[in-house]
Amino acid sequence: MNSKALLNLMYLPTLILFSVLIFFPFIKGIDISLTNWDGYSQEFRRIGLENYKRMFSDPDILNVIKNTFIYGAGSTLFQNIIGLGYAILLNISIKGKGIVRTIVYLPVIISPLIMGYIWYFFFQFNGGAVNDIILLFRDKPMNLLADSEVNVWIITFVNTYQYLGIAMIVYLAGLQSISKDYYEAAQLDGASGFSQFKNITLPLLAPSITINVVINLIGGLKLFDVIKAMTDGGPGYASSSLSSMMYQIYFARQDAGYAASLGNLMFVIICLVSLSALFYLRKREVSE
Amino acid sequence: MNKTTRKFLPLIFIISIFHILPFYVLITTSFKAVDDVSSKWVFPGYWYIDNFINVWKGANLGQAFFNNIIITVVSVLLTVVLGAFAAYPLARYKTRLNRFMYTLFISVLIVPPLTILVPLYKMFVDVGAMNSNWGIILLHVTFHLPMTIFLFTGFIGTIPRELDEAAMIDGCTRLSLFVKVIIPLLKPVTATVVILASVGIWNDYQFSVFFLSDPDARTITVSLSSFFGQYNNNIGWVAAGSLTAALPITIVYLFLQRYFITGLSAGGVKG
Repeated sequence: MNSKALLNLMYLPTLILFSVLIFFPFIKGIDISLTNWDGYSQEFRRIGLENYKRMFSDPDILNVIKNTFIYGAGSTLFQNIIGLGYAILLNISIKGKGIVRTIVYLPVIISPLIMGYIWYFFFQFNGGAVNDIILLFRDKPMNLLADSEVNVWIITFVNTYQYLGIAMIVYLAGLQSISKDYYEAAQLDGASGFSQFKNITLPLLAPSITINVVINLIGGLKLFDVIKAMTDGGPGYASSSLSSMMYQIYFARQDAGYAASLGNLMFVIICLVSLSALFYLRKREVSE
Repeated sequence: MNKTTRKFLPLIFIISIFHILPFYVLITTSFKAVDDVSSKWVFPGYWYIDNFINVWKGANLGQAFFNNIIITVVSVLLTVVLGAFAAYPLARYKTRLNRFMYTLFISVLIVPPLTILVPLYKMFVDVGAMNSNWGIILLHVTFHLPMTIFLFTGFIGTIPRELDEAAMIDGCTRLSLFVKVIIPLLKPVTATVVILASVGIWNDYQFSVFFLSDPDARTITVSLSSFFGQYNNNIGWVAAGSLTAALPITIVYLFLQRYFITGLSAGGVKG
């Protein structure tokens, strides 16, 4: 074999790993979703599209899909707006900005599960740090994590807080690649700070926006650890995402066939959402 | 320092305080005695280390740390080696097949690991990979390869081809060219890959909780979560365990962080 052919095969180990641990299980998962397998026994039978029919008539599914979208879209929106604000703020030349950047980035290093526990200390019913403040104004503490209107937003907040650092870093790298000449020329023309931001900064940041939005969407839509730590998806399925609902159905209810069909629904949603975001943002990049 | 800069200083100060808060509450909580019911905003005023001792013994954190270190080190090494090998032909020989392979590898980024959980679990049981280091290592490597290949391919693309050609004229084979010329140039992006992968693998929960259920095979996050399940009224222990678990990876990051951003922007944002 000549060395050129050999070089082309350098990705062979990766291809084998992907085939065995991703592509094959993915196809196998479609097969399992068509059965009533419980995850343990040797006996099970094919039931056609029964699991999918069940999924669309599940009383919890709409709320769980809604939560998944809140985690995905909410985190993406907040991370990008705040992350861009932080990047612009920490791009100005002052002493100690490196330390502030490190402080903002530090939560990225912590396990999402542990980050969930830390914020649990804030929001927990008995002796939570937030309730210490609420008690200054009210005579009763609030069980925020059990309130289905609030807990989804608390979890979105924790996920945003944790990954703000990544958005900030990507925007900082983008800002630093914009030539100062543009701003000098705009200042000579008398353009205001806001119009400089709108006409120079935003368009030239388009590639950073694409990367951030797509990464944040994928991350938010498959959120799991934080939910597990803070509410375990409850009460009921009130704060569950598709991942945590799937975890419950598989492990607590031993319903592997149904869990597999939920997994496939999650894949379809993440694929559709992130690919449409990618293509839309890429197109905007080119036209600007 | 000009006037506008000074105007933003209070804002930057508030942001820093806001981002330190969770760590402050984690530390105060971890040093408080079980019967201390004072507010979490108040510092204990004494040094109570029993939480750390109790959680270390009770959650078997020694064994968990050992497992975490083995799994993280081996997975990161394999990710770097396989990723660099795969990225080289994908960056240098853009045949139709290689372009397809690149798209295929990167598209794995979209697959949520939990989608394929059920079939993976069945497969792990069938081949005896449950509670084994090798099983979880192969999984970590697989799920960290797409980002690694993306960063390496982007970075190799910025290395001038003339360098390859010059080395070939000097008598290098393509393989020795890769080992002797390209690999040494990959240092900055390798630092980024090492940080991203080691943070992700050290902190992993979603795979470990499924595939490492045996108490002796558990990693830190799994030990902590099962401990939290049993003793969720003893917040001091959980806080002490969380602090202990987060410390090693934070120290590693603080040492490597100056290479991190350089590599990230060279391999990803600009490349």
